[in-house]
Amino acid sequence: MRLIQIDAVSRQFSPGALLAVDGVSLDIAQGEVFGIIGRSGAGKSTLVRMINGLETPDDGSVRIEGTHVAALDAAGLRGLRRRVGMVFQSFGLLASATAADNVAFPLRVAGEDRAAIRARVAELLERVGLTAQAGQYPAQLSGGQKQRVGIARALATRPDILLCDEATSALDPETTRDVLALIAALNRDLGLTIVLITHEMDVVRQVCDRVAVLQAGRMVEAGTTADVLLDPQHAETRALLADAGVVEMDAQTFDGRVVRFTVLGDDVASPMISRIAKATGTDISILDGRIGRLKDQAYGQLTLGLAGGDVTAALAMMAAHGRVSA
Amino acid sequence: MTEWLTFERIDWPDIALATLDTLAMLGGSMLLTVLIGLPLGVALFLTDEREVWANRPLHAVLSALVNLLRSLPFIILLIVLIPVTLALVGTSLGVAGAIVPLVAGAAPFFARLVETALREIDRNTIEAVQAMGATTRDLVWRALLPEALPGIIAAGTVTAIALVSYTAMAGVVGAGGLGDLAIRYGYQRFQTDVMIVTVALLVVLVQLLQMLGDRLVRHFSRR
Repeated sequence: MRLIQIDAVSRQFSPGALLAVDGVSLDIAQGEVFGIIGRSGAGKSTLVRMINGLETPDDGSVRIEGTHVAALDAAGLRGLRRRVGMVFQSFGLLASATAADNVAFPLRVAGEDRAAIRARVAELLERVGLTAQAGQYPAQLSGGQKQRVGIARALATRPDILLCDEATSALDPETTRDVLALIAALNRDLGLTIVLITHEMDVVRQVCDRVAVLQAGRMVEAGTTADVLLDPQHAETRALLADAGVVEMDAQTFDGRVVRFTVLGDDVASPMISRIAKATGTDISILDGRIGRLKDQAYGQLTLGLAGGDVTAALAMMAAHGRVSA
Repeated sequence: MTEWLTFERIDWPDIALATLDTLAMLGGSMLLTVLIGLPLGVALFLTDEREVWANRPLHAVLSALVNLLRSLPFIILLIVLIPVTLALVGTSLGVAGAIVPLVAGAAPFFARLVETALREIDRNTIEAVQAMGATTRDLVWRALLPEALPGIIAAGTVTAIALVSYTAMAGVVGAGGLGDLAIRYGYQRFQTDVMIVTVALLVVLVQLLQMLGDRLVRHFSRR
């Protein structure tokens, strides 16, 4: 089911300036983790802020379950915002409030009673593993702990959508993994729909089901994480992959047929290369390759050099297991 | 020739009365300065571009008003405002007469400092509060003011100290207080002893205000 429909939205901050967001259309389904990747200034933050009305598009529309966000009155918008949690790069915690008071904030604003707030805050702090830090101020917490408070706060009003604006960009790699694991767990356990902005392909690789690539306000590529990461079509996507250490090898020097072979799922672990080599008498050289995981799915992508034997038959056998491209 | 060194000619009850007048002017004008300057500072912040009440014309008007009052040297403001003071409180003399120009001089100053303190708050924090479905009232009372409290107290300290020097100047137009005493006895009658005592009292007052302010800032800081 399409939960969020973004239809040809544009935003220009001042007359004559470049469009911050330029005619972007996206559908985000209930229960998926949707990544929006791009460099700083690509328009990711502006785009995602249109979902909870922190930004209003100049053109186009954003609808959540059919409701036009820009058409909501102030009370309607506050109601929507209680259904849409948001997590920020620099955490956005109140420095003057304890972890518990920060988590309680959206509940107080929603006018819930004290006893209910206390119980819910305790439950949320436990969910993010910060029960012991309830009385501490943000300045006393580590970056990862601050972001956990931010996540607990975003979940307080039981939203069904969670927006993450570079939620892990201020964290070290290990803390980033922990926070991403928490986000993935929330998606799995609570069925939360998550829209995640990042400039790092590794973040997309770890948690996203689908991804859109933004460059200078325009969406240049979108699709499932496997399609976009394993078979990038646009130069910007390749550049972002290169930033994450995925570099295309120059296999020009190989004397024979060079192909890229992509396999998804359990087949990754099967000894298919040696079987194909034996069956067809072809010598197969592995010129480059990576095997890893995209969210919960194993993948392997190899650049192979084929020489001798029945190359055509070898390619046909490969195509039965995965995707073969030049 | 050295009789002033004995402080024999000083009328101590007069000094006590002048001190009380200064404290009354300071207390009264500080209270009104906060009551007017704080909402004005919040309004300056909220009406600025990209904030919740973004309103270019209103911001320009508020800003121009603040700049106008701040561009007049206080001694000029004192004189210019005499008709306004007469209309508002019926007299331009004494403690009551001094409060109007004191507030007119200090409230815009305090408002600018409050605006600056509010700007120090992290952009993401304000966005987060809005994203949680807070009303503007919630934003101001539950987020902006608590977050900026140490900065606002520091602003109040600076303003109170500026007010001490304003009250001394107000002595020129008949406001009473320590400044008045210093001008009438210390300057016009060459009573150096009175000058020394009033200066000492003003120095002590400023030191006490700064210490109190610093202590409060430290108490409320969570950074």
